[in-house]
Amino acid sequence: MQKPASLVCINKSFFRIGTHQRFFQTGLLILLLLGLQFRVEAEVPVARQDVLRHMLKQDCGSCHGLTLKGGLGPALTVNEIANKPRQLLRSTILNGRPGTPMPPFRGMLTEEEVHWLVELLYKGDV
Amino acid sequence: MHGNMLVRCCLLFIVLTGHISHATGDTLRGTGDMGVVIERASGSVQIIETTGRTSLAQVNGLGDLSHASIVYSRDARYAYVFGRDGGLTKIDILKGKLVKRVIQSGNSIGGAISQNGRLLAVSNYTPGGVKVFDAHSLELVADIPATYGKQGKRSKVVGLVDAPGQKFVFSLYDAGEIWLADLSKPTKPKIKKFRNVGNQPYDGLISDDGRHYIAGLFGEDGLALLDMWNINKGVKRILAHYGRGQKKLPVYKMPHLEGWAMTGDFAFLPAVGQHEVLVVNRHNWQAKKSIKVHGQPVFVMARPDGRQVWVNYAFPRNDTVQVIDTQSMKIIKTIKPGKAVLHMEFTPRGEEVWISSRDDNLVSIYDTASFEKLSSLAMKNPSGIFFTSRAHRIGL
Repeated sequence: MQKPASLVCINKSFFRIGTHQRFFQTGLLILLLLGLQFRVEAEVPVARQDVLRHMLKQDCGSCHGLTLKGGLGPALTVNEIANKPRQLLRSTILNGRPGTPMPPFRGMLTEEEVHWLVELLYKGDV
Repeated sequence: MHGNMLVRCCLLFIVLTGHISHATGDTLRGTGDMGVVIERASGSVQIIETTGRTSLAQVNGLGDLSHASIVYSRDARYAYVFGRDGGLTKIDILKGKLVKRVIQSGNSIGGAISQNGRLLAVSNYTPGGVKVFDAHSLELVADIPATYGKQGKRSKVVGLVDAPGQKFVFSLYDAGEIWLADLSKPTKPKIKKFRNVGNQPYDGLISDDGRHYIAGLFGEDGLALLDMWNINKGVKRILAHYGRGQKKLPVYKMPHLEGWAMTGDFAFLPAVGQHEVLVVNRHNWQAKKSIKVHGQPVFVMARPDGRQVWVNYAFPRNDTVQVIDTQSMKIIKTIKPGKAVLHMEFTPRGEEVWISSRDDNLVSIYDTASFEKLSSLAMKNPSGIFFTSRAHRIGL
């Protein structure tokens, strides 16, 4: 797994500074990481996550199947989507797919929510 | 002494037979007031009765029921459940037990039972086609692959219904065709194909007299009509302006055509994509009126006497049901039975309607004259409700 650039930077400077500073910087790093994690989760509040998960299973499931093995719409199981770019899925959910019954969900779902839903599909965590 | 014995024996006999007939009187029942409700997320169904408005039994192990429908044997004892995962399950509703289950395809959309009750046909998405089974044993009788075009591709099959004469009619979503299969000789089906009926037929229905088969088209405006009494005239296009129109409005749930309300001279149809119910003259298939409604209609169902039409709606406006008076063609009542209303079913003569609210885990029962809520039953994510009165109707 690739480390984020900023993290590598901090690690390099880690050895050039005193113990107190190191302690302080470690604290900062932890705070920063916690903050990042908090920010990502804050984009889709937990209560909304439940609504989205329910919608994915029940409403998307009407066409894609409750087990996501497909129906009128294609299968969305982890194996089926593994080789498809995430952007394709995000854009399909937001904009729909002309020429097929897939409707656009822009206006009902935010981009952050679509992002979260697509990650759920790739994790197979529906 | 002997006389006394005889009297005693007689008394004993009367008491015994009395007991027996009393006991059988308690356990025997008809199925005419019974039905089955799909619990879509848990792969189960509940068997209910509409006289006391109670649930009698739950049957489990039916697989993926995200899209499921039911037909009944003609004795209205067995319910056949067609599940999304290709499962075909036979349930004995009197015993409340699963009799047999076969996985007949990878992905299925619905089914029908033949006029004589001996054959079941299932329409499949993967692999695309129709499979026909013996209704008693669930043994495969005939396989009809929905092959089309020069490359021999398989099409998803939708809108499968039964028609008089041991026939089944269905539409090929990817091919834009309607096929009529005659199963008078069950192992040797005779297929008549109607090509170029329109782009992406997504569902079909047959009128309750078995005469008109109509397929809805998703890919273009208009409907494809096959007059079963005049097969040689082929498939005709009707209602050229019926559909999503120039703007191709998004559709958040495909309308279900099975519920199309045919009442007297008029048919009440769900508009596709628009918040309207269309009223169409059944004789010339010309539009008469459009009625503005709460959302995109999914089921537009007539009460058995045809005096009212009940409508439910697509996500996200699916907490509402509206009632249209068919004489004035106006909305006379708006009800909010619960979250995610998926289906409605009338009691055989229509004095009550059962409504499923998927997200409230509830089936609510309403009086169709006073609109008073009479009762409700707890069900897990209920979707389709199917009463045994369907056993004796063409196309259901």
